[in-house]
Amino acid sequence: MIQFEKFVLQNGLRVIVHQDTSTPLAVVNVMYDVGARDEDPDKTGFAHLFEHLMFGGSLHVESYDEPLQMAGGDNNAYTTQDLTTYHVQLPSENIETAFWLESDRMLSLAFSEKSLDVQRKVVCEEFKEHYINKPYGDAWHKIRELAYEVHPYRWMTIGKELSHIENAKLEDVKDFFFRFYRPINAVLVVAGNVTLEQVKTLAEKWFGDIPPGEKYQRNLPQEPAQKKAKKMELKADVPLDALYKCWHIASRFDNKYYITDLITDILSGGGSTRLYQSLVKEKKLFSNIECYHFGNFDNGLLSIEGKLVKGVKMTEAERAVNDELEKIKNELISETELTKVKNKTESTIAFEDMAVMSRAISLAFYELLGDAELMNRELDKYNAVTASDILDEARNIFREENSSTLYYYSNNN
Amino acid sequence: MITVAKTGIDRTVAPKIIDAVDLNLQLKPYRKYILKNGVEVFAIDAGAEDVMMVEWVHYAGNLYEEKNFVASATNFMLKNGTSTKTAFQINEHFEYFGAYLNRTAYNETSAITLHTLTKHVGELLPVVREMLTESIFPEEELNTFKKIMQQRLSVNLLKCDFVAQRLIDAYLYGEQHPYGRLSRFEDYESLTREQLAEFYKQYYLQGKFLIFVAGKLPENLEELLNKNFGDLSNKRPEGKNFLVRPAPEMKQRITNDPNGVQGAIRIARHFPNRHHPDFLKVQVLNSLFGGFFGSRLMANIREDKGYTYGIHSYIQNHIQQTAWMVSTEAGRDVCEPAIKEVYHEMKTLREELVDEEELLLVRNYMMGSILGDLDGPFQVIARWKNIILNELDESYFYNSINTIKTITAEELKQLAEKYLQPEQFYELVVV
Repeated sequence: MIQFEKFVLQNGLRVIVHQDTSTPLAVVNVMYDVGARDEDPDKTGFAHLFEHLMFGGSLHVESYDEPLQMAGGDNNAYTTQDLTTYHVQLPSENIETAFWLESDRMLSLAFSEKSLDVQRKVVCEEFKEHYINKPYGDAWHKIRELAYEVHPYRWMTIGKELSHIENAKLEDVKDFFFRFYRPINAVLVVAGNVTLEQVKTLAEKWFGDIPPGEKYQRNLPQEPAQKKAKKMELKADVPLDALYKCWHIASRFDNKYYITDLITDILSGGGSTRLYQSLVKEKKLFSNIECYHFGNFDNGLLSIEGKLVKGVKMTEAERAVNDELEKIKNELISETELTKVKNKTESTIAFEDMAVMSRAISLAFYELLGDAELMNRELDKYNAVTASDILDEARNIFREENSSTLYYYSNNN
Repeated sequence: MITVAKTGIDRTVAPKIIDAVDLNLQLKPYRKYILKNGVEVFAIDAGAEDVMMVEWVHYAGNLYEEKNFVASATNFMLKNGTSTKTAFQINEHFEYFGAYLNRTAYNETSAITLHTLTKHVGELLPVVREMLTESIFPEEELNTFKKIMQQRLSVNLLKCDFVAQRLIDAYLYGEQHPYGRLSRFEDYESLTREQLAEFYKQYYLQGKFLIFVAGKLPENLEELLNKNFGDLSNKRPEGKNFLVRPAPEMKQRITNDPNGVQGAIRIARHFPNRHHPDFLKVQVLNSLFGGFFGSRLMANIREDKGYTYGIHSYIQNHIQQTAWMVSTEAGRDVCEPAIKEVYHEMKTLREELVDEEELLLVRNYMMGSILGDLDGPFQVIARWKNIILNELDESYFYNSINTIKTITAEELKQLAEKYLQPEQFYELVVV
């Protein structure tokens, strides 16, 4: 059980306090309810570019990093398709520095032309490093465009293309900030060696006078149910053929999420899981194979991807994957196997909860999902999943017409 | 106007801080047990969650192998079959209990690491014992391993950062040195199960190991460890010394992918190990140079010029001798300007004293980061492990804190003059 207290400032900022006196640290996490899905289709990559700009100085504070480092602190941030989060860790004695810095950049950024100019370049290099200059780096760009017709999950968080980032204007930056980066759209979590009273005082002092902003009403085009299997072929200078298949799944809010998550653990993620044992070890068709999902807030994708052993035919590899899926669709899994994946979940949660930073980010995440208290109910929801739930949901997900397949061929073959 | 709000705060003034240099950082002492066979166990009992880790460290690293990959293949295949269990059964056993069993081969040592809920540890240790005493290295498992490793290598060889890292290591230490060995397809191809079995016999069955444990530990831990590991061999193999044979040519430009949009840059020089009196001081100079987000390299090459997503400098984590390395991936057309800026930052450090404010920032950052790194039992044991395997003691930790607190701008400048000399650096760009 993770203990916490929650209160809301007058401007709508939700504040969660999680006290842990065993650590000398304090952690401050600010999560904003905005991600790549909220971008304009012609200005993709913006939420993430924006995350970089949040370090380029704010209204009253020229540099974000320097005063934080001076206070012995460290920070990081990340952007997903659903949210953007900023976290700071520092000696608990210096916690007010984090309040000062985070509140000033929530109040307003400095909107410096120089910062935009540099971070455009930095993000373009990040784009190249991860998605252009790496073998198979473009695969997920292609799959998203294949699997989604209308939903903004069509594009990657890094952006659809370099030009969208290169063309970002300061005006776009300002609009984005005042639309999304408002107290009413944010969650503040303070964790570690802090007290509730201390956090109340500091939160009121530093965040209390920031104008609330308008609650962002999300109205995204929802993806219609897919009616026909989609397939795409690609050839590139990679050493091995690769197979990518994905299927539409329910959102993070749906109870089916827990079933789906366990399905991915049954199929992959360990030396005794089905796809690895059958397709890598026994049939020797793949040199690696993984099954995963992203836990998206809107309806997401479950994906199976693997690299083929040299000489193996794509059709043969795909058939073998489908054979494994037929098994999970047609045979109830044993209690032992179900216990195994539930035990794995229990242990994953326990290890995640060791670090105070990770607990803080989880609390913010669940608050954004609707209620921080959900964090303490997760394990029960996993434990409630039955073998027949797995069977039913596997049948529901792994339908041919629900699938998109990318055949990624090597030019060498 | 929102600048001065109802609370009357002046946002232009930073809140008061305590300088992190004034923190009294302590490294929590370990508890040490000696098993019946003399094997040392180092334990940190702490943490709120009911989880723990156990690490077995054998003197069975790459250093001891006669042939490339034998050490890492042996270490990897400990999980791939014993006289009574198949690879699948071993995996299933650990995974059933939600535990993670990883293995890693390093240069001097190789490790088996178990992470588990504390309540299950008793079920898991006997299987680790079996891996350490009854491994059989099945032919078929080895063939699959060889194929997978070769395919992984074929993918990695397309990545400029992977190619650059292995080449710079080979330039620095020579390809015959364990720190500079290159992985080649034929090395995997020619591995045999006999080679693995022989290495296993020599360095596991008849070798020496240490045990590190951390987390919420069970009361009967010592008894459990004695029962499972108290009768195994504890004889340290003879150390081996390798001569460093650096490449004669210090500047290299390599085209790995004619269409590449980025180049991987490595700029590196030899550096002595942790026992050298300059080592701890240079850690501070390194932080200032390229060791954290606020460093000179990051401020200039990322935050001012935008040439890269990130640039870092660090001292490699080697035991015998090591290297000081600058590492980045930069846009193909800005690689040369980026390199020029790296040398420019070296020059500034050689010629100008760092001002007190920047030095205080580096000190505070380093202290804060050690404070953060010591948070949690796994982090504390990792620090101890590093100290113990480098044959140091806790004074290393306290000297390091003291150095961060007291090193002067003059000393840093002298160290820069001594070590940050461009002609001593190897330089490589792989596009």
